[in-house]
Amino acid sequence: MKRFLAVYASAAYLFLYLPLAVLGVFSFNDSKLAIWRGFTFNRYTRVFHDSALLEAATNSLIIAVAATVISTVIGTLAGYALWKKRLPLLTNSLYLSLLTPEIVTGISLLAFFEWIFRYLRVQLGMHTVILAHISFSLAYVVIVILARLRTFDPALEEAGLDLGATEWQVFRRITIPLLLPGILAAALLCFTVSFDDYVITSLVAGVNSETLPMVIYAMARRGVSPEVNALSVMITGVLGVFILLAGRLEQSSSRPRRHT
Amino acid sequence: MSYESPTRINSPVRIRLRAFFIAPGAAVMGLFFFVPLLIVFAYSMLTRGPYGGVMPPWTAESYSRIFDSLYGEILWRSVWIASVSTAICLLLGFPLALYIARSGRHKFLLLNLVMLPFWTSFLIRTYAWMFLLRDTGLINSALEAVHLVRQPLPLLFNSGAVILGLVYGYLPFMVLPLYASLEKLDPALLDAAEDLGASPWVALHRVVLPLSKAGIVAGCLLVFIPCLGAYLTPDLMGGGKTVMVGNLVQNQFTTARDWPFGAAAALLLMALVVLVLWALGRRGEDLV
Amino acid sequence: MGFSSVLPALALCFQEVNTVLELRALTKRYLTHPAVNGISLSIDRGEFFALVGPSGCGKTTTLRLIGGFEEPTSGGIFLDGRSVAGSRPYQRDVSTVFQNYALFPHLTVAQNVAFGLERRKHLTKPEIRTKVEQALALVQLSGKEGRRPDQISGGERQRAALARSLVLEPKVLLLDEPLSALDPKLRKQMRTELKSLQRRVGIAFLFITHDQEEALSLSDRMAVMNRGALEQVGTARELYQQPRSRFVAEFLGGVNWVNGAGVRPEAVRLSRQQPGNGAHSLTATVQSSTFLGNCFHVETRLANGVCCTAEIAQNGCELAPGDSVHVWWNPSDELRIADQD
Repeated sequence: MKRFLAVYASAAYLFLYLPLAVLGVFSFNDSKLAIWRGFTFNRYTRVFHDSALLEAATNSLIIAVAATVISTVIGTLAGYALWKKRLPLLTNSLYLSLLTPEIVTGISLLAFFEWIFRYLRVQLGMHTVILAHISFSLAYVVIVILARLRTFDPALEEAGLDLGATEWQVFRRITIPLLLPGILAAALLCFTVSFDDYVITSLVAGVNSETLPMVIYAMARRGVSPEVNALSVMITGVLGVFILLAGRLEQSSSRPRRHT
Repeated sequence: MSYESPTRINSPVRIRLRAFFIAPGAAVMGLFFFVPLLIVFAYSMLTRGPYGGVMPPWTAESYSRIFDSLYGEILWRSVWIASVSTAICLLLGFPLALYIARSGRHKFLLLNLVMLPFWTSFLIRTYAWMFLLRDTGLINSALEAVHLVRQPLPLLFNSGAVILGLVYGYLPFMVLPLYASLEKLDPALLDAAEDLGASPWVALHRVVLPLSKAGIVAGCLLVFIPCLGAYLTPDLMGGGKTVMVGNLVQNQFTTARDWPFGAAAALLLMALVVLVLWALGRRGEDLV
Repeated sequence: MGFSSVLPALALCFQEVNTVLELRALTKRYLTHPAVNGISLSIDRGEFFALVGPSGCGKTTTLRLIGGFEEPTSGGIFLDGRSVAGSRPYQRDVSTVFQNYALFPHLTVAQNVAFGLERRKHLTKPEIRTKVEQALALVQLSGKEGRRPDQISGGERQRAALARSLVLEPKVLLLDEPLSALDPKLRKQMRTELKSLQRRVGIAFLFITHDQEEALSLSDRMAVMNRGALEQVGTARELYQQPRSRFVAEFLGGVNWVNGAGVRPEAVRLSRQQPGNGAHSLTATVQSSTFLGNCFHVETRLANGVCCTAEIAQNGCELAPGDSVHVWWNPSDELRIADQD
């Protein structure tokens, strides 16, 4: 049985990675068609010369960074508070927001902004996208932080209090430094989720703030896309590195190494 | 090692501090999650405006339209596709999760390798399948090149492609909870079963499956619900021909500009999600 | 029951200048049960006080109440005569050494020890450094300043935790089973070190443990706690030789209950012939004789069926199961229990 599982697992991993690998290989293809013609870096250079693409990429970056910073801060504070005192209402809301289909979140935020804009003279734009991203990424941050706090020894905080630090000082000097790998992991996760979002972003972005996923979507829809392959490889590479880093951080020294 | 949260004392300073910590998160949830949903509910009870948007009078007309044959067909298709995708994910994911759970030292590495594609880009991964499956895609080009077919096979833009896309997209979500469940399984139990004369398949059926029920339920939940509300996959892989609820909602809010109807459809989808969650008795904390 | 009514009255009459910590009818009730049920206790300056009892008896809760990590349901805690009710741990002049030491993993040993000092604004950096060095020298950890907690051994971690608390010169040092995480040999060694350390710094130690041997050997005075209440308070000798309840007698050592009186196994004498000194003896049959290294553990069965265990020194007579012996003891070795329940 073990052998069967091993063979099956290899096939499964192949299934998971093949499409991406194919995409990667063909990003170097010197032809628009799916027939190998020759090796070239053409598409990659083309990506960097496409101003619309670069602008979209910049937008995506700005949005992701802003949403990540804000979401991580709010989420860390909220996660910490939830660890101290359970608030089922908030926890359940967060998990519900995680499971809510993106389309529902998207149109609800669209409706919300449209309603608000009757009273404020604002339009859909980067700011609405950032707010939207914060709202749906918050749950991810809280989950990661809570998972990390589960392995945190409360005696460490009590020791801090015992030695003369106030609750806030304990939080700053003891809890946060020890939580830092988890916070960074949450931030990386948040960035990835935000950078990749299409559905919600497309609904609340308005006219002038195209993001990279929106451009990729349009290209994918059209079917003709010499640069999409190259772009995809680059994005996958960068995000992949981020995620690996996040995973490393999450598992790093959450348990103190035992010494005899 | 896991710890219980320590006993709290409620001094005024600490209550203020706690409120300060919770307030932003609660505000975001309230303002950007609940209020929008309330607004959607309100919109579903209004009439469509001339240029999109909504206007009075209040009416339940959208809801009555919902249950006509067209929407019913879309709803049924969504449920069917989501169910099939979930079932396939379970069948494909279970052996994989079992393998990882038994792989000893390499557990984390193998698990991360499964999760990695999921976290990179859903859009890109969907596009990758389009690249493989479309008429001018890799598979058809290869088949034509070796003269196995004369015309490209319609691999894309149908329900099958949508299911494939969904399975590919959400398989890691099935594997993770399954793994968590199977990892907790004491290998001694399987040894005991073998010792008592059970074949590997019997052991699987009588020992492993019942004990990993929690993981199976969690995995099915985490796949079924996103599949039910899928938008991107049916849109790209289905080419607009395979319409699921998500596509309908998006369409109503953009092209068709019938917000009340779209709102009603979205709420119904949401209600379905909540129903499934409640039916399986899950509360938020159990998922992590 | 006696103590909880007598002591508060006494406390009101006398103002003990020597008392550094006083608990008055301290109670902590959780939803289902009282963890600490109206205990009253006085601890003197510079005294090594052990609080011992089975797990779940409330000793840890008592410590946490004193430390300020939990608020009592009723009753008072007085440090140097002043109530500490409602104050936070960082406002109380007591320090706790936690069971798993709770050393901050991201700080070095020196930084750990300096942590409490840094919170005190009136100290300069050089002053802090000096104090840290002194504290580490006191616990024999000089040279390990730059190490992280995961780079030092269990015994060293314990000493670091001690240094961290002692450097603040608290009025009372609370120790929550500090030796339980160590292996037995190290535990014995740390016991003597701990005792001499306490003598040197002269601070009152409130030491809780479930190990009666530790309590007996380390304490100046001790108390046995059971189900949230204090069974008896006194010196180790008093509690061991004059237990006031069956529980205390049995918790601190083995007891043979024969005809209403209790006698400790090490006080039981066995001989083949009738003891010549006229002491009243009982006949018994040897059930088993186990060699434990430093003594023989002999189980006998008396004529009336009661089992009696004796601990005989190595050079005692060789007894085998089935042998007939005479069992006797010195009447002064008998334990007289005040209330039998």
